[in-house]
Amino acid sequence: MSTLQIDFGQSKSHIVGIDLGTTNSLVSVLDLTGPRILSGIVPSVVSVLPTGEVIAGAEARERLVTNPESTVYSAKRLMGRGVADIQDELKLFPFHIAPGSETVLKLQLGDKIMTPPEIAAHVLRKLKLDAEEVLGGPVDQAVITVPAYFNDAQRQATKDAGRIAGLEVLRLVNEPTAAALAYGLDKRNQGLIAVYDFGGGTFDISILRLHDGIFEVLATNGDTHLGGDDIDNLLLQIALEDIQSEWGEDISGKQDAIQLLRRAVILAKEALSFAPAATIDLQYGDRVYQREINLEIFNRLIEPIVERTLAPCRSCIADAGVSAEQIDEVVMVGGSTRIPLVRSAVERLFKKRPHTELNPDEVVALGAAVQAGILGGHVDDALLLDVTPLSLGIETMGGLVSKLIHRNSTIPASETELFTTGVDGQTNVLIHVVQGERELVKDCRSLARFDLKGIPPMPAGMARIQVRFLIDANGILSVTAKDLRAGTEQTVEVKPSYGLNDEQVEAMILESYDKAEEDLKERQVREARVEADAVVGATNKAREDAAFNCLSQEERDAIDRAINELMVVYHGDDHLLIRAKIEQIDEVTQKLAEIIMNVAVGKALEGTHIDAN
Amino acid sequence: MKFYEALDLVPTLALDLDDLKKRFYDRSRQWHPDRFSRASAAEQDQALEMTAILNDAFRTLRDPVARAEYFLKERGLDSSRTEAPPELLEEVFELNMALEELRDGDQSARGQLVEARDRFGAMLRSSDDQLTDIFSQFDFSPSDDTLNTLRATLNRRRYIANLVRDVDKELHVHSAN
Repeated sequence: MSTLQIDFGQSKSHIVGIDLGTTNSLVSVLDLTGPRILSGIVPSVVSVLPTGEVIAGAEARERLVTNPESTVYSAKRLMGRGVADIQDELKLFPFHIAPGSETVLKLQLGDKIMTPPEIAAHVLRKLKLDAEEVLGGPVDQAVITVPAYFNDAQRQATKDAGRIAGLEVLRLVNEPTAAALAYGLDKRNQGLIAVYDFGGGTFDISILRLHDGIFEVLATNGDTHLGGDDIDNLLLQIALEDIQSEWGEDISGKQDAIQLLRRAVILAKEALSFAPAATIDLQYGDRVYQREINLEIFNRLIEPIVERTLAPCRSCIADAGVSAEQIDEVVMVGGSTRIPLVRSAVERLFKKRPHTELNPDEVVALGAAVQAGILGGHVDDALLLDVTPLSLGIETMGGLVSKLIHRNSTIPASETELFTTGVDGQTNVLIHVVQGERELVKDCRSLARFDLKGIPPMPAGMARIQVRFLIDANGILSVTAKDLRAGTEQTVEVKPSYGLNDEQVEAMILESYDKAEEDLKERQVREARVEADAVVGATNKAREDAAFNCLSQEERDAIDRAINELMVVYHGDDHLLIRAKIEQIDEVTQKLAEIIMNVAVGKALEGTHIDAN
Repeated sequence: MKFYEALDLVPTLALDLDDLKKRFYDRSRQWHPDRFSRASAAEQDQALEMTAILNDAFRTLRDPVARAEYFLKERGLDSSRTEAPPELLEEVFELNMALEELRDGDQSARGQLVEARDRFGAMLRSSDDQLTDIFSQFDFSPSDDTLNTLRATLNRRRYIANLVRDVDKELHVHSAN
């Protein structure tokens, strides 16, 4: 039973929820029956065809083996990051970094060069089209989920991806929080919930208090580089060494072999969630590699990875100001929580059996739909109060960090800081904003540097510049500065240390306009086909009706001809032509429809005595 | 004082936490940006602004120490200094010696450090009680003298809190197992 009121009133517009995952993505919507997934899982894989066309999803995933050079997966790992950040990833993932990536990271995919937000935009566009097809109307607003532990740059990059895909991103929601929404909407009204979210590439833990429809995040913690991928890489490494000794050949340089082996390893990993043993099974050319791996060995292998999730859990419990015993429910999210060792580790830590009845792959997307419903005004009594995962600070003397907004502060949150000059006649002040928990700037993530300019020359220490840092409900920072002496206010352009600036995003949106036209066309074609299916179905059904025999041979031929003509244009890409043929069918079947209608009305009237009074 | 205003409260040092929470949740329901996603840009900006201040206010006021610091700051009294209480100097000196020994790998200093941490921890709790007393004293009859006492108590408390934190950290870093 749903504990919350869902009210759609007259509204027809749909805001979708999107779980943009490292491995797979999903799109969902809230309707009167609750949140539901629209269409199937879309693998977060993007591939460039020889024609230059870009595809995303299952078709793109097929090309991982056949065309690894022009196909990319797990690109979420690169969102909002700089080249220096990703050296570790490059050892494990076949990302092809394009030249000129010093400021903004770019990947080479076949002949095309794309930034991570553009790659994500292709996955988002695929989800948008899928949703439009199911809903039968345009979708241009979305709630997108992000790992709770994503920093400002990673959030900004996700928002940029939405914009490039033609989606207005109404809100970024933290994945574990979304899961809690889906769970709480369904099961619970009060109490403490821990959400353990172990996905393909990221690990998050959040602790929430539920009371009267308010979902208040007390604390969150995690690791943006810890996930099922790490387990895959571990198994992959072992298999590669095995193969080298068996075949006497190192296949680690062969992209297609690696992709096949990765797939084999994942299958074995997944099987081990249900069976005591599984086989890594690779067929490469005419050679075969097989290795059985039992649960005991598997557990021993992955134990260090599972262990790495527990320290953030303990910190999160402490930060929330609660004890493990006080937590009422533990909700499991993400495919990696199917692993038995993960389940038992969580059970030991929280001293209670975690909830596994919700599909761990879908619960985040379902929660995103609930948040979309809240934003659309359809869920009246629910409200999400989320927190910022990382402290925000500024660089002070000696490379030290002065923290302004502490992690786990409820967002939106703000802080003002007064700056002055250190030298006589100084007319500008440089400010360096960082995110992270460490004391030294070099150990934190550089968010932005900006220059407060135009300070009138005066003796040192006389200037009074008030700078306000504001983290919005998406966890994204904006900065305004005010000269208290002059009374002038300015919005500071926060130039991201990594990532795209506004002009670059605008350029990509412009570029995607062509794409948007294509999308529109494709949608129109799809919609026309859906209608054609309905018309042909109805006509074929009417053929079996006795009324069909009332038509002349000519009339019957006209119907057949019209249907054939529709079938000819059906697979073309001209929606106007399809519509024209649908209209033609409508015309030639009009008489048939009338006869059927008359018979139906006659039947309905049969036995009805009409009193003329 | 805008944090008190944000929660429709008269500025007092002592606050009823349950009432504070209720006010916070009620106003969150009213002003959270989620409630304004279909409103005009100006209304959205206002909601963001109101909620940011509401959250800042709740975060500050629910914690007695942060609340007192804010209260003093709004009255132009800076309480951000950390003062070593003279009567503690000798003890702190010995404590630092023991910390040195522990850092040098001498685990025999642990006992002394644990004891010191517990003693300073007790001091911290008693200064929390002191704060509560000062709060009610000031709310009942406001005076600059009481505010100065408050400031001195906060500075002393901060010093002790830092000590406890540092000792805890060293005990953790140099733990034998």
